[in-house]
Amino acid sequence: MIPVAFDYQRPTTVDEAVAALAGGGEDAKVLAGGQSLIPVLRLRLSAPSVLVDLGGIEQLRGVREEGDALVIGAMTTHDEVAGSPLVRRFAPLLATMAATIGDRQVRHRGTLGGSLSHADPAADLPAAAAALEARYVLAGPTGRRVVPAAGFALGLFTTALAEDEVLVEVQVPKLEGWGSHYEKFHRVVQAWAIVGVAAMVRREDGAIGSARVTLTNMGPTALRATALEQALAGCAADRAAIEEACAVAAEGTSPIDDLTASAEYRRHLVRVLAGRAVAAAAGV
Amino acid sequence: MTVTDDREVGAARRRKEDARLITGRTRWTDNLTLPGLLHMAILRSPYASARIVSVDTSAALSRPNVVAAFSGADVADVQGSLPCAWPVTEDIVHPDRPPLAVDMVRHHGEAVAVVVARDRASAMDALEAIEVDYEPLTPVLDLEEALADGAILVHPDKGTNLSYTWVFDSAAAGTGTDVATVDAEVVIERRYVQQRLIPAFMEPRSVIVDPGAGDYTIWSSTQIPHILRVFYALITGVPEHKIRVIAPDVGGGFGGKLHVTPEELITFMAARRIGRPVKYTETRSETMLAGHHGRDMIQDVRLTARRDGTVTGMSVKLIANMGAYLGLVGPGTPILGAFMYNGIYKFAAYRFECNGVFTNTTLTDPYRGAGRPEATYAIERAMDELAVELGLDPIEVRRRNWIKKEEFPFTTVAGLVYDSGDYDAATDKALMLLGYDELRKEQEARRASGDPVQLGIGTSTYTEMCGLAPSRILGALRYAAGGWETASVRVLPTGKVEVVTGVSPHGQGHETAWSQIVADELGVAFDDVEVLHGDTRTSHKGLDTYGSRSLAVGGIALVEACRKVRDKARTVAAHMLECSPDDLEFTGGAFRVRGTPDAAKTVADAAFAVFAAHDLPDGIEPTLDADATFDPETFSFPHGTHLCAVEVDTQTGHVSIRKYVAVDDVGKVINPTIVEGQVHGGVAQGIAQALHEEAVYDESGTLVTGSFVDYTPPTAADLPDIVTDRTETPATTHPLGVKGVGEAGTIASTPAVVNAIVDALRPYGISDVPMPCTPERVWRAIRAVGTETEGGRS
Repeated sequence: MIPVAFDYQRPTTVDEAVAALAGGGEDAKVLAGGQSLIPVLRLRLSAPSVLVDLGGIEQLRGVREEGDALVIGAMTTHDEVAGSPLVRRFAPLLATMAATIGDRQVRHRGTLGGSLSHADPAADLPAAAAALEARYVLAGPTGRRVVPAAGFALGLFTTALAEDEVLVEVQVPKLEGWGSHYEKFHRVVQAWAIVGVAAMVRREDGAIGSARVTLTNMGPTALRATALEQALAGCAADRAAIEEACAVAAEGTSPIDDLTASAEYRRHLVRVLAGRAVAAAAGV
Repeated sequence: MTVTDDREVGAARRRKEDARLITGRTRWTDNLTLPGLLHMAILRSPYASARIVSVDTSAALSRPNVVAAFSGADVADVQGSLPCAWPVTEDIVHPDRPPLAVDMVRHHGEAVAVVVARDRASAMDALEAIEVDYEPLTPVLDLEEALADGAILVHPDKGTNLSYTWVFDSAAAGTGTDVATVDAEVVIERRYVQQRLIPAFMEPRSVIVDPGAGDYTIWSSTQIPHILRVFYALITGVPEHKIRVIAPDVGGGFGGKLHVTPEELITFMAARRIGRPVKYTETRSETMLAGHHGRDMIQDVRLTARRDGTVTGMSVKLIANMGAYLGLVGPGTPILGAFMYNGIYKFAAYRFECNGVFTNTTLTDPYRGAGRPEATYAIERAMDELAVELGLDPIEVRRRNWIKKEEFPFTTVAGLVYDSGDYDAATDKALMLLGYDELRKEQEARRASGDPVQLGIGTSTYTEMCGLAPSRILGALRYAAGGWETASVRVLPTGKVEVVTGVSPHGQGHETAWSQIVADELGVAFDDVEVLHGDTRTSHKGLDTYGSRSLAVGGIALVEACRKVRDKARTVAAHMLECSPDDLEFTGGAFRVRGTPDAAKTVADAAFAVFAAHDLPDGIEPTLDADATFDPETFSFPHGTHLCAVEVDTQTGHVSIRKYVAVDDVGKVINPTIVEGQVHGGVAQGIAQALHEEAVYDESGTLVTGSFVDYTPPTAADLPDIVTDRTETPATTHPLGVKGVGEAGTIASTPAVVNAIVDALRPYGISDVPMPCTPERVWRAIRAVGTETEGGRS
């Protein structure tokens, strides 16, 4: 299909981008890697009159260290995130999850910021950001503000990003001493997750000290499996104990019934996959 | 008869076509542009069933760059009806099929109106200005509901949704006995569903019609340029000699471009009305929705046998979904399978019945295998069920029933004569390559330990009937055309060779294989052969490419034409060497005087001699060129054994293929790389049916699997390395010994995979998982049978 005609702007700084969005009004849309937006445009599900392409803003790309956090520019591609030595060292879950997205071509175009702003419930990176308790830096006409991941994703394809704001970068607290693992269940390799479970575990005295578990595609946004996290605190680091704790993995979730899977099957998968993810993250 | 040295034939030559196909340095239909070219967009019905109350295209006409807009009502008198070339019974219910809907729409996506504009974007933009007033109706979607009393009718004026009932009975045909009378100590009765599939060729369909000054040129991404030309003439009334059809390079078909489409006819009408060339290229969304679909039938199968494992008879009853209309060969697709449900086995009685049924869905037409995958699935699943019922190894129960090598040629209970085959050799090779015994041991160990990941082994020992087809048999089956093929071989003055073939490759590599054959037949270099195809002005005759026919039929025509050329060249060469033609032998690529091998003349030498014509033997025409048209006596019967080992994660239902072995016998092999490629691609599509693909309509008749997000063909990353090998049992019914291969991989593989999954889950009491065997379906099958069984499974 062919998109409805649009005006195209390619700013070179964040401030120019914010101004372009303000100038475009309601009908302006940010273009990051285009991996979600371009299909939407081609299917004519959306017809923005102005596209503001962030691809020319160099300062939005790259991974750097800032004290006890990594700062990743919003236009950093999935491939760059997956391959970054800093990310692999200090936030390995993010690298492993980024490496599962789509296929090579998608990963060379799709961006961290784009994925987080689009907030597709089946997307992997919002779940990664939630597990890592990342913070998002947004820029708007009145300046910058920082929003924690937990407060950013508000609902289906809805975030705290205002219409006149641009996601500039993501601050990821450096973590050491945690094991992590992502179980992504999908039918064909390039497909969205039917269900995904990301687990991070910190061992303590031979047991599980604490755990963070986030779920992909079990609700309108990525979710922390808080009941499971509580059940895992102090849990013995063996498969049987972990599997028993994972009986509550799907508590508080609202998976949908769709062509790909039923809600009942999704809940079952989450319980099984949580066991596998936590065990792997715990080094069991 | 001269024996040709095999130098090129059998060689794994890199394909000539690939450089331009892989880099795209060619012209696909959508790349072509003409002076004054206009672009067409189609407005399609959002409803599965609706009355069209009115269509108003006037607002579209005032949109920017729009040149024309019209609907079915505007062309009702001239548009004609799309053809069905295979009305399988005399009393078949065959409704009209207008290219543009006039009074009613009968499936989601049916074409309703068009816009023609100076550029594609303007045409698409203007579609939204067309106003259509629909009165939605309740669709009929379920096959059995469609046959029930009081069913909603797709074609109310026909009074029924049953298009035809076609029956074959071995007792009535004299090829066997009555299924009701044979031993039935063991009865296997099963229902299987062949889900609806959507052909996923890489190049979406595109058509350009240039009306010229009444001499029409059509470029179309089609498998059948020759057949399309005939139908254009019949439907539009434009004389056939004023129509030229060209299939440029075509990016895949798989049966999905074996049709005459509404789009081809509508574009023709638009070009004719406007008097300028018009192009239409579909979007992938339109391919999914409006391109014909494949398979879609319910199979009720009944196999009878004795306790010793000998099969005695088989009954098959099909309900086959035609969709809203009859496709070009749609009614015949299940019938092609009719002769294959008995597979490679000998048994005494066979009955087959197929009921073609209309529903408010996209019509079905052939998709790789066309009837034979369905047949092979049924018999190969049933043989596994029989094995389990009798406590026999699935290979053993097959061995007890298949035709032995020394029994060929063998007349089957379906009335076909299989010329040659060696099922034991193929099977033994496959078992060895799979490591069958070791895997069975591993399976035992996993069962004993209650491993949540279970191992299964699936078998598919298949044959298929291809090389379509002997014309008299097609006539007997009421197919409208014949099955011959043609070739013209022309030797140029400088010794290069032009071959004109009537087949229409769309990825098969015919230019390469044909060059290999000609190189050996005429003693010329592989690169000195040019193969021309696909343009009815150049390739004046042909029946195109489908049904694994090109080599098995077209290749024989080619060989016969080459031998006529060689015979003419022999006469000329003898004259040049001042000897008798009988003194010459054709060896090492030249005519040599027996006993004096240095006295030699090549075909190229003879070609220049006839070009100059200064000194030729009396009475011959100054040309070496020759044509041949070959009508096969019988079908081609490749066969093979595919074995699949799967791991099933019983906790999630996920199936992964651990190992896949394909041993195929396609007779003499011209190019082993091409054969391997065909097997790989065929197996990929068969695995896709087993595990991944299904076209789904919701209860309102909307196609919900409308893109590759929801309809998921597997990619290379989802497929195992396919271990391929061959046995070679030449065909005996023509000089080349080749058999068809294009569809064999697909025909064999689907049951191999599903048999493996069911084999893995037998200890759970499972005897079937409906296709596609998605993880959820596998999981539900396990749950449905209950929880507490040995080994602590849940």
